[in-house]
Amino acid sequence: MNLRTFLLGTCSAVALAGLAQAETLTIATVNNGDMIRMQKLTDAFTSKNPDIQLEWVTLEENVLRQRVTTDIATKGGQYDIMTIGTYEVPIWAKQGWLLPLDNLGADYDVDDLLPAIRSGLTIDDKLYAAPFYGESSMVMYRKDLFEKAGLTMPDAPTWDFIADAARKITDKGNEVYGICLRGKAGWGENMAFLTATANAFGARWFDENWKPQFDQPEWKNALDFYVKLMNDAGPPGASSNGFNENLSLFQTGKCGMWIDATVAASFVTNPKESTVADKVGFALAPDTGLGKRGNWLWAWNLAIPAGSQKVAAAEKFIAWATGKDYLTLVADKEGWANVPPGTRTSLYANPEYQKAAPFAKMTLDSINAADPKNPAVKPVPYVGVQFVAIPEFQGLGTAVGQQFSAALAGQMSVDEALASAQKLTEREMTKAGYIK
Amino acid sequence: MARNVSTQRKLVITVVAWTIGILIFFPILWTFLTSFKTEAEAIASPPSLLFFEWTTENYFEVQSRSNYFRHFMNSVVVSFGSTLIGLVIAIPSAWAMAFSPTKRTKDVLMWMLSTKMMPSVGVLVPMYLLFRNTGLLDTRTGLVIVLTLINLPIIIWMLYTYFKEIPGEILEAARMDGASLAKEIIYVLTPMAIPGIASTLLLNIILAWNEAFWTLNLSAAKAAPLTAFIASYSSPEGLFYAKLSAASTMAIAPILILGWFSQKQLVRGLTFGAVK
Repeated sequence: MNLRTFLLGTCSAVALAGLAQAETLTIATVNNGDMIRMQKLTDAFTSKNPDIQLEWVTLEENVLRQRVTTDIATKGGQYDIMTIGTYEVPIWAKQGWLLPLDNLGADYDVDDLLPAIRSGLTIDDKLYAAPFYGESSMVMYRKDLFEKAGLTMPDAPTWDFIADAARKITDKGNEVYGICLRGKAGWGENMAFLTATANAFGARWFDENWKPQFDQPEWKNALDFYVKLMNDAGPPGASSNGFNENLSLFQTGKCGMWIDATVAASFVTNPKESTVADKVGFALAPDTGLGKRGNWLWAWNLAIPAGSQKVAAAEKFIAWATGKDYLTLVADKEGWANVPPGTRTSLYANPEYQKAAPFAKMTLDSINAADPKNPAVKPVPYVGVQFVAIPEFQGLGTAVGQQFSAALAGQMSVDEALASAQKLTEREMTKAGYIK
Repeated sequence: MARNVSTQRKLVITVVAWTIGILIFFPILWTFLTSFKTEAEAIASPPSLLFFEWTTENYFEVQSRSNYFRHFMNSVVVSFGSTLIGLVIAIPSAWAMAFSPTKRTKDVLMWMLSTKMMPSVGVLVPMYLLFRNTGLLDTRTGLVIVLTLINLPIIIWMLYTYFKEIPGEILEAARMDGASLAKEIIYVLTPMAIPGIASTLLLNIILAWNEAFWTLNLSAAKAAPLTAFIASYSSPEGLFYAKLSAASTMAIAPILILGWFSQKQLVRGLTFGAVK
């Protein structure tokens, strides 16, 4: 009898444990400030959903991209939620690799998402990823240096003004350089900046028949302008500078201007990290009067891979992490300035946020000014402002970026770099079947 | 006079050796120092070598954000496991090739080495599919298997060169005394080759500990070793050099300490048979 009771008890205990066993969501994510903050705040989610546990896989962006691409392409099923960029979402959705997010809940308020961001994540009227934070690019400049040089930065500057100001501010003897721009080769490094800038100069990657356009005068103008400006007013060794290198230069007071991601605003205005925190002003990315500003559009988004076994729990988490309440939660715990930017219209209407984040208006204006469906002055067959949303672009962008980085370093002329870019792009696009 | 020259020579050699040593060790030292700086000081230019405000906040931050111990245990299991299994397979095969070579032994050795020449990423997708189908993704077992296979050619090659230095007559003598094949390998060959085996063991543990391609690609949350721990602190958008340095220091410390204590063995093994 005793033994039977014991056995019965054990069995029911095991059964109960099985029932109560929480579902574990494995989430792959990037090591960016906003993501790390979210990981620290997930207690708020798990206390409301005790049946869901979270397991984080945080990786450096490029490692993560390779890792999740391998997993999703082979249907490896290692992740229940993936953090992916605006570049991947349309390509993966078309491949059938992502599940549409149909059940984010009644109070999710999809219409509150910023239209520019939402449109990049929507394919055939279905949302395939929910934006966690969004960004564009803008000019960050040193108000004190501008004042000293007798210059006033307009809200919407032209490239001519920027170049002129950069040359005036440059004081190489004191290690102050007028402008810091990306030069490190990579589709997400110098090519993000140069592709977006080329849009403002009237250039485009491909014409309507997918013919590469590097042999056109617009690209020559853009690249010539960039190389000359950087030689005159840029820091030494600029061809190896990416986001982080420029951030470090700007924070230590060595740059008069820096045109880069809006997310940098919270870093350069943070007195704990930046020596110029109280001297930074913001302006829209410059144009050349052709109707397009060189500002890009990017968002880090949460998506569910097709074939996932835990869709309901994953949707619950995504709705929490990208919902309105999450913004309030961050504001309560860490202050409004630390709320993930660039996803919801309501955030920008919030007076408390406007007060806490001096860069709020400029971020919103920059995001709204970007148009991924019509990025260039002339018509294009692709989607994407600072990238071309085709699978071949990662390789192509990096190869072209290497030519342009070499031109900046003085290893080849602008003409040689463009000719080489044209040749390699033509070859790859023919091989991939775009050019018949 | 002769004594003077010798002191001078000693001095030069000492200075040169220290300079080279410091040059090689400098990146590790720099990482270590940066891990005690604030993020602002980590990027300060000119950088300060020692005169900064020392802080341990990065270590606390890293500790609070990730489970160091789990990654550490995964690294230990994977690197020691793969090396030990590799040795068990490699000792008999190196014995065979060293003491009973055939016409094709050299070719077999070259072929084994040639597997190391292929870029790993070339077989990533087939390997991933194999791992998926056998349920080995994100398991320690899977990582042990793949690292054993990757390091096996190096283990066999190293052991082969050590075994070649051991006179075959001693093994013959053991055979004459009636030792079986297993006894010959275990009781005669292995003890004589201990320095070689020890250095092979240590070198392979270090190689497996540092292996970043397969351990990152075939693991996710459960089996992720210290390589994934470091990768989680690197970021192209945001300067977290101090935290990254703290994570790196924590990841390399165990293997550095192991290398420190066993350096005599390691050097002896690596130069074993260098002078005939």
